[in-house]
Amino acid sequence: METFLGLDYPTWWFLVIGGLFSGYAILDGFDFGAGAWHLFFKKDHSRRIAMNAVGPVWDGNEVWLVIGGGALFAGFPVMYATFFSSMYIPFMLFLVFLILRGISIEVRGKEEWPWWRNMFDIIYSVSSIMLAFLLGVVLGNVLQGLAIGPEYQYQGAGFFEFLNPYSLLTGFTTLFLFMTHGAIYLLVKTEGRLFAKLTILMKRGLILFMVFFGITTMYTLLYIPHLSDDFKANPVLFAAPLITFLSIANVPRLANKKRYKLAFIFSSITIASMLVLVAIELYPTLLFSTVNAQYNIDIYNAAASEGSMENMLIIVAIGTPLVLGYTYFVYRTFRGKVQLDETSY
Amino acid sequence: MYLCSTKFFTMDTEILARIQFAFTIAFHYIYPPLSIGLGLLMVLFESMYIRTKNKKYHILAKFWTKIFALTFGIGVVTGIVMEFEFGTNWAVYSRYVGDVFGSALAAEGIFAFALESGFLGILLFGWNRVKPWVHLVSTIGVFLGSMFSAVWIVVANSWQQTPAGYQIVGEGLNARAEITDFWAMVFNPSSVDRVLHVWLGALLAGAFLVLSVHAYYIVKNRFVEISKPAFKIALVVAAVFSLAQLYTGHHSAEGVAVNQPAKLAAMEGHFKASAPADLYLFGWVDKESQEVTGLKIPGGLSFLLHYDTEAPVTGLNAFPEEDRPGQINAVFQFYHIMIAIGMILIGLSLYGVFLWWKGKLFRKKGLLWVFVFAAILPQIANQAGWFAAEMGRQPWVVYGHLRTNEAFSQAVTDNQILFSLILFMIVYAFLFLLFIYLLNKKIQHGPYEASKKDDNDRPLNKEITQVVIGN
Repeated sequence: METFLGLDYPTWWFLVIGGLFSGYAILDGFDFGAGAWHLFFKKDHSRRIAMNAVGPVWDGNEVWLVIGGGALFAGFPVMYATFFSSMYIPFMLFLVFLILRGISIEVRGKEEWPWWRNMFDIIYSVSSIMLAFLLGVVLGNVLQGLAIGPEYQYQGAGFFEFLNPYSLLTGFTTLFLFMTHGAIYLLVKTEGRLFAKLTILMKRGLILFMVFFGITTMYTLLYIPHLSDDFKANPVLFAAPLITFLSIANVPRLANKKRYKLAFIFSSITIASMLVLVAIELYPTLLFSTVNAQYNIDIYNAAASEGSMENMLIIVAIGTPLVLGYTYFVYRTFRGKVQLDETSY
Repeated sequence: MYLCSTKFFTMDTEILARIQFAFTIAFHYIYPPLSIGLGLLMVLFESMYIRTKNKKYHILAKFWTKIFALTFGIGVVTGIVMEFEFGTNWAVYSRYVGDVFGSALAAEGIFAFALESGFLGILLFGWNRVKPWVHLVSTIGVFLGSMFSAVWIVVANSWQQTPAGYQIVGEGLNARAEITDFWAMVFNPSSVDRVLHVWLGALLAGAFLVLSVHAYYIVKNRFVEISKPAFKIALVVAAVFSLAQLYTGHHSAEGVAVNQPAKLAAMEGHFKASAPADLYLFGWVDKESQEVTGLKIPGGLSFLLHYDTEAPVTGLNAFPEEDRPGQINAVFQFYHIMIAIGMILIGLSLYGVFLWWKGKLFRKKGLLWVFVFAAILPQIANQAGWFAAEMGRQPWVVYGHLRTNEAFSQAVTDNQILFSLILFMIVYAFLFLLFIYLLNKKIQHGPYEASKKDDNDRPLNKEITQVVIGN
């Protein structure tokens, strides 16, 4: 098998997709999180500020989802096909909420009527909450494994199979992590009373996250042996959850010192390190079969051809600096506190 | 979920998956062509502003950017649906084409969509934050991004129509196409023709929307001073590209004749295995009797393909029943609707240019009203063209290799698809109503604040100063 710098192509591709999903979780994580708090802000002006904080960037953040999805499709077609078709209902709900959320940002400010604005505020906030929650639920299902049989066929196919105790735990953990992350983003972007309120909300989100993260970790260690085995065999890997814990613990400390940008960087590190944790638990498997381990989908049986992986790695190597470049340029242009003008939402 | 456990009529998973895909992509395709077409007009207006420093063009660029924002937003959120649906509803297909289609999709995301979305923020909200030329660069970035998006998506679709640069490995559910030559895959036999054809269709959709709105202002005697130059610029775009479309369309059809003869035969309702073929202006195909009733040019299709009215053209009967498109009359109708509209667009824009040359363009109220309603025509033609292309490709999802009825997700049940289909219908109905409402509102409000009556009489400079200061 072809290798590059000592790693084979499927492993490279696993890292690339992990990187793209981490980028997506950090970026759309803060805008889902900011949206989730939306109804806690009572005044129309506060809501406008909060929405305009994500206004110029939400669309660029979703690019990472499009690229991540395309990368999964291109790199591990078998995983993409089985994973998406077995998580049918949660993904369809995810799409519908993604549509409703995008549209409510777009149209909320187009009319002055209170009922209109309230309606889109509610749609925006509920969709944001559901999107964060559904991402966590899907992640929980991946970690736990799915009923995959021969020929990579999912054998579950019920309406509510995707909701189970573990996926609910990961769903809430993700929601509260994103809400904390979103609150910190808004702290960077707002001033005055909205800002003051957010300092309190951020701490509440953080406490809820810590509680759910703790329970989820316990549950994983106790009930999901295929995930905890790696850790028991190789205790060095406990560094990943330790980094998660230290970086999230650093957030309130930095917030108290009013160093919000740095706090945002640390909540981003928390999200990234949690995904590193997930990657360690999975690698080299992508999807565990709960029917029989021989049906597991891993980076080798799911991989695209070597030629395709090589092409795609070149495409990613050229494309990523470009994407990072535009992203930097946009965030730089809209840096600082939100200022409303006639082009705002 | 016992609620819908009884089968909905007798529709099975395959049909429901096809209906859902067709519905979601047809709805999506209202918006990207507008984004591409309006993108070009925005670039032109903004460039004119930077060149001439005439504020008219600045107002136009800003006004159309607002309408663009609406179409772009809906395009983005309805577009992500497609990417997910390949995996959710077409799992067998996704495993089969992942190597090829996945690469194109990922390239679209990383090269095109990122460019578009990256600069979009500055295009929409950056008017007061960056220098005019930086803003123009952003507008161009968004426009180019949307053009590149079309390239990769059409390349992926063209590979399904005319596969190239691949080999098939494995068997049964494990069979899949592997890329052997990336550039041969990208430049498969139909890519270039179809990319050009789709581009021009999109540019026409944008140009005719601009023509429509400004024709409306002119007949209503509102914003006339900025509407006249806008109308002229869009008219040039419409005339050039509607003529060019004739060429790309013809070239595409020649390619279809070579690469997908069964599709071309269905488009013209040509059954005889090998005989001179007629060209229908309109008609009705009876699949049972293999007869077409309508107005035809005898030997017309033979002539267009081989410059000889007697040249034989491969007909549907040359293919086994199971390899022919199922809905021949539908393919025929969609194809003919597209062509008829193409001709109308050429006629309309050339007549407009002729009147402009005669100096009578804005005096013909009747013609302006035709332009007001003509915005719908490129939309219909774009939809009809895609329906003809995709229904004509049947029964294959990858032409000659993978059948549609083998490609859908086995793990998904009909109840699940019915649930998502109904959900999409409700949400999209809501989106469409919002779109029409907001589009109408923006048009009625107009590019700048002006008194309701006779704003045309007021000196333009005064209004523009107000606008600029007001902002």
